[in-house]
Amino acid sequence: MRNLFLFIRRYLNFLFFLLLQVIALSMLFRYNKFHEASFMAVAKEWTGGIYDRANNVEYYFHLKKTNDSLARENARLRNLLRSNFEGADTASKLVTDTIPFDSLGNTRKYLWREARVSNNSSSTQNNYITIHRGELQGVKKDMGVISPSGIVGTVVSTSANYATVMSLLHRQSRMRASLKNSGETGTVQWDGNSPLYLTLIDIPRSARINRGDSVVTSYSDRFPPGLVVGTVQDIVEDKSSNFYTLRLKPATNFFNLQYVYVIENLQREEQIKLEEATKKIQ
Amino acid sequence: MSDLVKHSFRFLFFILLQALVLQRIPFLHKFITPYLYFLFIIWLPFNTKRGWLLLVAFVFGLTLDYFLNTPGLHAAACTLIAYIRPFLVNLLISQQGAEQNYASPSIRSMGWAPYFTLVLILTLMHHTYLVFLEWIQIGSFWYFIMKVLASTGISLLLILLSEMLFVRKEKFRTNTA
Repeated sequence: MRNLFLFIRRYLNFLFFLLLQVIALSMLFRYNKFHEASFMAVAKEWTGGIYDRANNVEYYFHLKKTNDSLARENARLRNLLRSNFEGADTASKLVTDTIPFDSLGNTRKYLWREARVSNNSSSTQNNYITIHRGELQGVKKDMGVISPSGIVGTVVSTSANYATVMSLLHRQSRMRASLKNSGETGTVQWDGNSPLYLTLIDIPRSARINRGDSVVTSYSDRFPPGLVVGTVQDIVEDKSSNFYTLRLKPATNFFNLQYVYVIENLQREEQIKLEEATKKIQ
Repeated sequence: MSDLVKHSFRFLFFILLQALVLQRIPFLHKFITPYLYFLFIIWLPFNTKRGWLLLVAFVFGLTLDYFLNTPGLHAAACTLIAYIRPFLVNLLISQQGAEQNYASPSIRSMGWAPYFTLVLILTLMHHTYLVFLEWIQIGSFWYFIMKVLASTGISLLLILLSEMLFVRKEKFRTNTA
Protein backbone atom coordinates (compact mmCIF):
# COMPACT_ATOMS: atom_id res chain seq x y z
CA MET A 1 0.00 0.00 0.00
CA ARG A 2 2.81 2.33 0.92
CA ASN A 3 4.54 1.55 -2.35
CA LEU A 4 1.36 2.40 -4.22
CA PHE A 5 1.21 5.82 -2.59
CA LEU A 6 4.89 6.36 -3.29
CA PHE A 7 4.30 5.42 -6.91
CA ILE A 8 1.37 7.83 -7.25
CA ARG A 9 3.36 10.59 -5.55
CA ARG A 10 6.31 10.06 -7.81
CA TYR A 11 4.35 9.99 -11.06
CA LEU A 12 1.66 12.45 -10.01
CA ASN A 13 2.35 14.84 -12.89
CA PHE A 14 2.42 12.09 -15.45
CA LEU A 15 -0.82 10.58 -14.17
CA PHE A 16 -2.43 14.02 -14.17
CA PHE A 17 -1.25 14.48 -17.75
CA LEU A 18 -2.75 11.12 -18.74
CA LEU A 19 -6.03 11.99 -17.01
CA LEU A 20 -6.33 15.29 -18.90
CA GLN A 21 -5.50 13.56 -22.19
CA VAL A 22 -8.17 10.93 -21.59
CA ILE A 23 -10.75 13.62 -20.82
CA ALA A 24 -9.83 15.60 -23.93
CA LEU A 25 -9.78 12.59 -26.25
CA SER A 26 -13.04 11.18 -24.96
CA MET A 27 -14.66 14.58 -25.55
CA LEU A 28 -13.25 14.61 -29.06
CA PHE A 29 -14.31 11.12 -30.09
CA ARG A 30 -17.73 11.28 -28.49
CA TYR A 31 -18.32 14.68 -30.04
CA ASN A 32 -21.43 13.84 -32.00
CA LYS A 33 -23.32 12.71 -28.92
CA PHE A 34 -21.57 15.19 -26.72
CA HIS A 35 -22.37 18.37 -28.54
CA GLU A 36 -26.03 18.04 -27.73
CA ALA A 37 -25.16 18.20 -24.04
CA SER A 38 -26.53 21.23 -22.29
CA PHE A 39 -23.30 22.92 -21.26
CA MET A 40 -22.15 23.00 -24.85
CA ALA A 41 -25.31 25.02 -25.48
CA VAL A 42 -24.35 27.41 -22.69
CA ALA A 43 -20.88 27.79 -24.19
CA LYS A 44 -22.51 28.49 -27.53
CA GLU A 45 -24.50 31.40 -26.08
CA TRP A 46 -21.18 32.86 -24.92
CA THR A 47 -19.07 32.28 -27.98
CA GLY A 48 -21.99 33.17 -30.22
CA GLY A 49 -22.29 36.55 -28.49
CA ILE A 50 -18.59 37.28 -28.93
CA TYR A 51 -18.61 36.15 -32.56
CA ASP A 52 -21.62 38.35 -33.16
CA ARG A 53 -19.77 41.45 -32.03
CA ALA A 54 -16.74 40.60 -34.12
CA ASN A 55 -18.95 39.99 -37.11
CA ASN A 56 -20.58 43.38 -36.73
CA VAL A 57 -17.18 44.85 -37.55
CA GLU A 58 -16.47 42.48 -40.40
CA TYR A 59 -19.97 43.06 -41.76
CA TYR A 60 -19.07 46.55 -42.95
CA PHE A 61 -16.34 45.24 -45.20
CA HIS A 62 -18.83 43.05 -47.02
CA LEU A 63 -21.66 45.57 -47.32
CA LYS A 64 -21.11 46.16 -51.01
CA LYS A 65 -21.05 42.46 -51.88
CA THR A 66 -24.03 41.75 -49.64
CA ASN A 67 -26.00 44.54 -51.28
CA ASP A 68 -25.16 43.24 -54.71
CA SER A 69 -26.24 39.73 -53.96
CA LEU A 70 -29.44 40.96 -52.27
CA ALA A 71 -30.27 43.15 -55.26
CA ARG A 72 -29.69 40.20 -57.59
CA GLU A 73 -31.87 38.00 -55.46
CA ASN A 74 -34.60 40.63 -55.34
CA ALA A 75 -34.57 40.78 -59.09
CA ARG A 76 -34.83 37.01 -59.29
CA LEU A 77 -37.70 36.95 -56.81
CA ARG A 78 -39.56 39.74 -58.60
CA ASN A 79 -39.47 37.60 -61.69
CA LEU A 80 -41.11 34.83 -59.73
CA LEU A 81 -43.93 37.00 -58.41
CA ARG A 82 -47.24 35.47 -59.15
CA SER A 83 -48.50 38.78 -60.49
CA ASN A 84 -46.07 38.29 -63.39
CA PHE A 85 -47.98 35.24 -64.47
CA GLU A 86 -51.44 36.70 -64.48
CA GLY A 87 -53.66 35.12 -67.09
CA ALA A 88 -56.07 36.95 -69.36
CA ASP A 89 -59.00 35.62 -67.40
CA THR A 90 -59.17 37.36 -64.03
CA ALA A 91 -60.89 34.36 -62.50
CA SER A 92 -57.58 32.45 -62.53
CA LYS A 93 -55.49 35.16 -60.85
CA LEU A 94 -53.37 33.71 -58.09
CA VAL A 95 -52.94 35.45 -54.75
CA THR A 96 -50.08 34.83 -52.38
CA ASP A 97 -51.08 34.51 -48.78
CA THR A 98 -49.22 33.92 -45.57
CA ILE A 99 -51.81 31.68 -43.95
CA PRO A 100 -51.29 27.94 -44.45
CA PHE A 101 -53.92 27.68 -47.17
CA ASP A 102 -53.68 29.74 -50.30
CA SER A 103 -56.68 30.50 -52.42
CA LEU A 104 -56.25 27.29 -54.39
CA GLY A 105 -56.45 25.19 -51.26
CA ASN A 106 -52.76 24.21 -51.39
CA THR A 107 -51.19 23.62 -48.02
CA ARG A 108 -48.03 25.55 -47.31
CA LYS A 109 -45.15 23.09 -46.99
CA TYR A 110 -42.03 25.22 -46.61
CA LEU A 111 -41.55 28.24 -44.38
CA TRP A 112 -38.47 30.41 -44.93
CA ARG A 113 -36.84 32.50 -42.24
CA GLU A 114 -33.83 34.71 -42.76
CA ALA A 115 -30.89 34.61 -40.35
CA ARG A 116 -27.73 36.59 -39.88
CA VAL A 117 -24.48 34.57 -39.93
CA SER A 118 -22.47 35.23 -36.80
CA ASN A 119 -19.59 32.82 -37.37
CA ASN A 120 -18.41 30.86 -40.34
CA SER A 121 -15.54 28.48 -40.90
CA SER A 122 -14.39 27.10 -44.22
CA SER A 123 -10.76 26.15 -43.69
CA THR A 124 -11.01 23.08 -41.43
CA GLN A 125 -12.11 19.52 -42.17
CA ASN A 126 -15.39 19.85 -40.31
CA ASN A 127 -16.93 23.23 -40.96
CA TYR A 128 -19.78 24.76 -39.04
CA ILE A 129 -21.68 28.01 -39.42
CA THR A 130 -23.23 29.77 -36.44
CA ILE A 131 -26.40 31.76 -37.13
CA HIS A 132 -28.08 34.31 -34.91
CA ARG A 133 -31.48 32.66 -34.72
CA GLY A 134 -32.34 29.87 -32.30
CA GLU A 135 -35.12 27.90 -30.69
CA LEU A 136 -36.91 31.05 -29.51
CA GLN A 137 -37.05 32.25 -33.10
CA GLY A 138 -38.31 28.97 -34.46
CA VAL A 139 -35.14 27.15 -35.57
CA LYS A 140 -35.10 23.42 -34.84
CA LYS A 141 -32.62 20.64 -35.45
CA ASP A 142 -32.50 19.16 -38.98
CA MET A 143 -33.85 22.20 -40.80
CA GLY A 144 -32.29 23.04 -44.16
CA VAL A 145 -30.19 26.18 -44.63
CA ILE A 146 -29.58 27.95 -47.94
CA SER A 147 -27.84 31.10 -49.07
CA PRO A 148 -29.11 33.47 -51.77
CA SER A 149 -27.17 31.44 -54.34
CA GLY A 150 -27.42 27.81 -53.21
CA ILE A 151 -27.51 25.15 -50.51
CA VAL A 152 -25.46 25.78 -47.34
CA GLY A 153 -26.17 22.87 -44.98
CA THR A 154 -28.31 21.53 -42.16
CA VAL A 155 -28.99 22.76 -38.62
CA VAL A 156 -27.31 20.35 -36.19
CA SER A 157 -27.77 21.98 -32.82
CA THR A 158 -29.59 24.92 -31.34
CA SER A 159 -29.52 27.09 -28.22
CA ALA A 160 -31.99 29.79 -27.21
CA ASN A 161 -30.76 32.43 -29.65
CA TYR A 162 -28.17 30.71 -31.81
CA ALA A 163 -27.94 27.63 -33.96
CA THR A 164 -25.01 25.80 -35.53
CA VAL A 165 -25.26 24.61 -39.11
CA MET A 166 -23.25 21.70 -40.46
CA SER A 167 -21.98 23.10 -43.73
CA LEU A 168 -21.81 21.02 -46.92
CA LEU A 169 -18.05 21.31 -46.31
CA HIS A 170 -18.16 18.75 -43.50
CA ARG A 171 -16.85 15.23 -43.79
CA GLN A 172 -20.06 13.77 -42.36
CA SER A 173 -22.36 15.82 -44.56
CA ARG A 174 -24.54 13.70 -46.90
CA MET A 175 -27.25 15.09 -49.16
CA ARG A 176 -29.41 13.66 -51.94
CA ALA A 177 -29.28 15.66 -55.14
CA SER A 178 -30.10 15.05 -58.76
CA LEU A 179 -28.95 16.19 -62.18
CA LYS A 180 -31.26 18.91 -63.44
CA ASN A 181 -31.26 17.69 -67.04
CA SER A 182 -31.83 13.98 -66.70
CA GLY A 183 -33.00 13.60 -63.11
CA GLU A 184 -30.60 10.87 -61.95
CA THR A 185 -30.15 11.06 -58.21
CA GLY A 186 -26.94 10.67 -56.24
CA THR A 187 -25.35 11.69 -52.98
CA VAL A 188 -23.40 14.92 -52.45
CA GLN A 189 -20.55 14.72 -49.98
CA TRP A 190 -17.20 16.36 -49.30
CA ASP A 191 -13.80 14.66 -49.26
CA GLY A 192 -12.29 17.18 -46.84
CA ASN A 193 -9.66 18.43 -49.24
CA SER A 194 -10.55 21.59 -51.09
CA PRO A 195 -13.48 23.82 -50.04
CA LEU A 196 -13.84 24.82 -53.69
CA TYR A 197 -15.21 21.41 -54.73
CA LEU A 198 -17.87 18.95 -53.62
CA THR A 199 -18.25 15.35 -54.74
CA LEU A 200 -21.38 13.76 -56.22
CA ILE A 201 -21.36 9.95 -56.13
CA ASP A 202 -23.72 7.14 -57.16
CA ILE A 203 -24.80 8.61 -60.50
CA PRO A 204 -25.40 5.59 -62.79
CA ARG A 205 -23.24 5.38 -65.90
CA SER A 206 -26.34 5.48 -68.08
CA ALA A 207 -26.72 9.19 -67.32
CA ARG A 208 -25.61 11.67 -69.97
CA ILE A 209 -23.48 14.30 -68.31
CA ASN A 210 -21.91 17.45 -69.64
CA ARG A 211 -19.56 19.80 -67.92
CA GLY A 212 -21.50 22.72 -66.46
CA ASP A 213 -24.71 20.78 -65.83
CA SER A 214 -26.67 21.97 -62.81
CA VAL A 215 -27.18 19.72 -59.82
CA VAL A 216 -30.32 20.46 -57.81
CA THR A 217 -31.99 19.19 -54.65
CA SER A 218 -34.40 16.32 -55.13
CA TYR A 219 -35.97 13.95 -52.63
CA SER A 220 -35.34 15.64 -49.33
CA ASP A 221 -37.23 16.18 -46.14
CA ARG A 222 -35.37 19.46 -45.65
CA PHE A 223 -35.19 21.35 -48.92
CA PRO A 224 -37.79 22.17 -51.54
CA PRO A 225 -36.92 20.43 -54.82
CA GLY A 226 -35.06 22.34 -57.51
CA LEU A 227 -32.67 24.46 -55.43
CA VAL A 228 -29.20 24.64 -56.95
CA VAL A 229 -26.45 22.69 -55.17
CA GLY A 230 -23.71 23.26 -57.71
CA THR A 231 -22.50 22.67 -61.24
CA VAL A 232 -20.57 19.73 -62.66
CA GLN A 233 -16.91 20.62 -62.99
CA ASP A 234 -15.25 17.31 -63.79
CA ILE A 235 -16.11 13.68 -64.36
CA VAL A 236 -13.79 11.29 -62.56
CA GLU A 237 -13.51 8.21 -64.80
CA ASP A 238 -13.53 4.92 -62.95
CA LYS A 239 -13.86 2.01 -65.39
CA SER A 240 -14.33 -0.59 -62.65
CA SER A 241 -17.46 1.03 -61.25
CA ASN A 242 -21.00 1.23 -62.56
CA PHE A 243 -21.31 4.71 -61.16
CA TYR A 244 -19.84 8.10 -61.98
CA THR A 245 -18.04 10.22 -59.44
CA LEU A 246 -18.49 13.88 -60.27
CA ARG A 247 -16.66 16.92 -58.99
CA LEU A 248 -19.04 19.78 -58.31
CA LYS A 249 -18.43 23.47 -57.97
CA PRO A 250 -20.76 24.52 -55.12
CA ALA A 251 -23.26 27.25 -55.98
CA THR A 252 -22.80 28.83 -52.58
CA ASN A 253 -19.73 30.91 -51.89
CA PHE A 254 -18.89 29.61 -48.42
CA PHE A 255 -16.28 32.29 -47.83
CA ASN A 256 -18.45 35.38 -47.63
CA LEU A 257 -21.78 34.23 -46.17
CA GLN A 258 -23.60 37.06 -44.40
CA TYR A 259 -27.28 36.13 -44.59
CA VAL A 260 -28.83 32.71 -44.94
CA TYR A 261 -32.37 31.35 -45.01
CA VAL A 262 -33.53 28.60 -42.67
CA ILE A 263 -36.18 26.44 -44.32
CA GLU A 264 -38.75 24.69 -42.20
CA ASN A 265 -40.62 21.78 -43.75
CA LEU A 266 -44.00 21.99 -42.05
CA GLN A 267 -44.91 18.45 -43.11
CA ARG A 268 -41.59 16.87 -42.20
CA GLU A 269 -42.77 15.21 -39.00
CA GLU A 270 -45.61 13.51 -40.81
CA GLN A 271 -43.26 12.20 -43.51
CA ILE A 272 -40.68 10.96 -41.02
CA LYS A 273 -43.34 9.27 -38.90
CA LEU A 274 -44.73 7.44 -41.90
CA GLU A 275 -41.26 6.32 -43.02
CA GLU A 276 -40.37 5.10 -39.53
CA ALA A 277 -43.63 3.18 -39.31
CA THR A 278 -42.93 1.55 -42.67
CA LYS A 279 -39.49 0.49 -41.51
CA LYS A 280 -41.01 -1.18 -38.45
CA ILE A 281 -43.39 -3.26 -40.56
CA GLN A 282 -40.56 -4.76 -42.59
CA MET B 1 1.21 44.56 -13.07
CA SER B 2 1.01 41.31 -11.23
CA ASP B 3 1.79 38.08 -13.03
CA LEU B 4 -1.72 36.73 -12.59
CA VAL B 5 -3.34 39.77 -14.22
CA LYS B 6 -0.77 39.82 -17.02
CA HIS B 7 -1.25 36.18 -17.90
CA SER B 8 -5.04 36.43 -17.65
CA PHE B 9 -4.93 39.21 -20.23
CA ARG B 10 -2.67 37.13 -22.42
CA PHE B 11 -5.08 34.19 -22.07
CA LEU B 12 -7.98 36.29 -23.39
CA PHE B 13 -5.86 38.00 -26.01
CA PHE B 14 -4.53 34.79 -27.54
CA ILE B 15 -7.96 33.10 -27.53
CA LEU B 16 -9.59 36.06 -29.25
CA LEU B 17 -6.69 36.49 -31.67
CA GLN B 18 -6.85 32.85 -32.71
CA ALA B 19 -10.65 32.56 -32.89
CA LEU B 20 -11.50 35.95 -34.40
CA VAL B 21 -8.51 36.74 -36.59
CA LEU B 22 -6.29 33.79 -37.45
CA GLN B 23 -9.05 31.23 -37.99
CA ARG B 24 -10.89 33.65 -40.26
CA ILE B 25 -8.00 34.46 -42.54
CA PRO B 26 -9.18 33.70 -46.07
CA PHE B 27 -8.32 30.21 -47.18
CA LEU B 28 -4.67 30.15 -48.30
CA HIS B 29 -4.05 26.50 -49.05
CA LYS B 30 -5.45 23.25 -47.79
CA PHE B 31 -2.23 22.52 -45.89
CA ILE B 32 -2.08 25.78 -43.99
CA THR B 33 -3.84 26.80 -40.80
CA PRO B 34 -2.07 29.64 -39.00
CA TYR B 35 -1.77 28.73 -35.31
CA LEU B 36 -0.27 31.15 -32.83
CA TYR B 37 -2.37 30.71 -29.70
CA PHE B 38 -0.10 28.12 -28.00
CA LEU B 39 2.56 30.82 -27.55
CA PHE B 40 0.62 31.55 -24.36
CA ILE B 41 1.79 28.22 -22.92
CA ILE B 42 5.40 28.81 -23.98
CA TRP B 43 5.33 32.22 -22.28
CA LEU B 44 4.08 30.98 -18.90
CA PRO B 45 6.58 31.61 -16.09
CA PHE B 46 9.39 29.16 -15.27
CA ASN B 47 8.23 28.73 -11.70
CA THR B 48 4.73 27.51 -12.53
CA LYS B 49 4.10 24.20 -10.76
CA ARG B 50 3.88 21.38 -13.30
CA GLY B 51 0.40 20.37 -12.19
CA TRP B 52 -0.82 23.94 -12.61
CA LEU B 53 0.88 24.22 -15.98
CA LEU B 54 -1.05 21.17 -17.19
CA LEU B 55 -4.34 22.43 -15.79
CA VAL B 56 -3.95 25.93 -17.23
CA ALA B 57 -3.03 24.51 -20.64
CA PHE B 58 -6.04 22.19 -20.56
CA VAL B 59 -8.47 24.99 -19.70
CA PHE B 60 -6.82 27.24 -22.31
CA GLY B 61 -7.17 24.61 -25.05
CA LEU B 62 -10.73 23.81 -24.05
CA THR B 63 -11.71 27.49 -24.19
CA LEU B 64 -10.45 27.69 -27.76
CA ASP B 65 -12.28 24.44 -28.51
CA TYR B 66 -15.57 25.99 -27.51
CA PHE B 67 -14.97 28.76 -30.00
CA LEU B 68 -14.02 26.40 -32.79
CA ASN B 69 -16.61 23.68 -32.11
CA THR B 70 -14.01 20.95 -31.59
CA PRO B 71 -14.29 19.86 -27.94
CA GLY B 72 -11.04 18.27 -26.75
CA LEU B 73 -8.91 18.68 -29.88
CA HIS B 74 -6.84 21.73 -28.93
CA ALA B 75 -7.05 20.83 -25.24
CA ALA B 76 -5.26 17.53 -25.94
CA ALA B 77 -2.50 19.20 -27.95
CA CYS B 78 -2.06 21.96 -25.34
CA THR B 79 -1.70 19.54 -22.43
CA LEU B 80 0.89 17.60 -24.44
CA ILE B 81 3.16 20.60 -24.95
CA ALA B 82 2.58 21.77 -21.38
CA TYR B 83 3.76 18.35 -20.19
CA ILE B 84 6.85 18.39 -22.42
CA ARG B 85 7.85 22.00 -21.76
CA PRO B 86 9.58 21.63 -18.33
CA PHE B 87 11.77 18.75 -19.62
CA LEU B 88 12.86 20.77 -22.64
CA VAL B 89 13.51 23.90 -20.60
CA ASN B 90 15.75 21.91 -18.25
CA LEU B 91 17.63 20.43 -21.19
CA LEU B 92 18.05 23.64 -23.17
CA ILE B 93 18.73 26.28 -20.58
CA SER B 94 22.38 27.17 -20.70
CA GLN B 95 22.91 29.91 -18.18
CA GLN B 96 23.31 28.71 -14.64
CA GLY B 97 20.26 29.62 -12.61
CA ALA B 98 18.41 31.42 -15.39
CA GLU B 99 15.15 29.91 -14.18
CA GLN B 100 15.56 31.86 -10.95
CA ASN B 101 16.87 35.06 -12.48
CA TYR B 102 14.31 35.47 -15.23
CA ALA B 103 10.55 35.12 -15.10
CA SER B 104 9.70 33.17 -18.24
CA PRO B 105 11.20 31.68 -21.40
CA SER B 106 12.29 34.35 -23.88
CA ILE B 107 15.19 35.20 -26.15
CA ARG B 108 16.71 37.28 -23.36
CA SER B 109 16.51 34.63 -20.67
CA MET B 110 17.54 31.60 -22.71
CA GLY B 111 19.45 32.98 -25.70
CA TRP B 112 18.47 32.86 -29.37
CA ALA B 113 19.34 29.31 -30.28
CA PRO B 114 17.99 27.49 -27.21
CA TYR B 115 14.79 29.55 -27.20
CA PHE B 116 14.03 28.83 -30.83
CA THR B 117 14.89 25.17 -30.42
CA LEU B 118 12.31 25.11 -27.64
CA VAL B 119 9.76 26.89 -29.82
CA LEU B 120 10.50 24.67 -32.82
CA ILE B 121 10.15 21.41 -30.91
CA LEU B 122 6.97 22.47 -29.10
CA THR B 123 5.38 23.81 -32.30
CA LEU B 124 6.22 20.63 -34.17
CA MET B 125 4.81 18.43 -31.38
CA HIS B 126 1.67 20.54 -31.10
CA HIS B 127 0.96 20.46 -34.84
CA THR B 128 1.82 16.79 -35.24
CA TYR B 129 -0.56 15.77 -32.47
CA LEU B 130 -3.31 18.14 -33.61
CA VAL B 131 -3.21 17.11 -37.27
CA PHE B 132 -2.86 13.47 -36.27
CA LEU B 133 -6.07 13.65 -34.22
CA GLU B 134 -7.81 15.57 -36.98
CA TRP B 135 -6.86 13.08 -39.69
CA ILE B 136 -6.95 9.85 -37.75
CA GLN B 137 -10.08 8.79 -39.62
CA ILE B 138 -8.82 9.54 -43.12
CA GLY B 139 -5.24 8.32 -42.97
CA SER B 140 -3.73 10.04 -45.99
CA PHE B 141 -0.10 10.00 -44.89
CA TRP B 142 1.22 12.48 -47.44
CA TYR B 143 -1.46 15.00 -46.47
CA PHE B 144 -0.65 14.52 -42.79
CA ILE B 145 3.08 15.18 -43.24
CA MET B 146 2.60 18.15 -45.54
CA LYS B 147 0.01 19.77 -43.32
CA VAL B 148 2.23 19.41 -40.25
CA LEU B 149 5.24 20.91 -42.04
CA ALA B 150 3.37 23.76 -43.73
CA SER B 151 1.49 24.76 -40.58
CA THR B 152 4.68 24.55 -38.52
CA GLY B 153 6.42 26.86 -40.98
CA ILE B 154 3.63 29.44 -40.79
CA SER B 155 3.45 29.21 -36.99
CA LEU B 156 7.21 29.70 -36.63
CA LEU B 157 7.02 32.73 -38.89
CA LEU B 158 4.19 34.20 -36.79
CA ILE B 159 6.04 33.50 -33.53
CA LEU B 160 9.23 35.07 -34.88
CA LEU B 161 7.27 38.14 -35.97
CA SER B 162 5.51 38.51 -32.64
CA GLU B 163 8.81 38.11 -30.76
CA MET B 164 10.33 40.89 -32.84
CA LEU B 165 7.32 43.20 -32.76
CA PHE B 166 6.45 42.87 -29.10
CA VAL B 167 9.61 42.83 -27.05
CA ARG B 168 8.81 41.50 -23.62
CA LYS B 169 10.71 43.29 -20.93
CA GLU B 170 12.40 40.56 -18.91
CA LYS B 171 13.97 42.08 -15.86
CA PHE B 172 16.99 40.43 -14.32
CA ARG B 173 15.99 39.38 -10.82
CA THR B 174 18.36 38.60 -8.05
CA ASN B 175 17.74 36.53 -4.97
CA THR B 176 18.61 39.43 -2.69
CA ALA B 177 15.95 41.79 -3.95
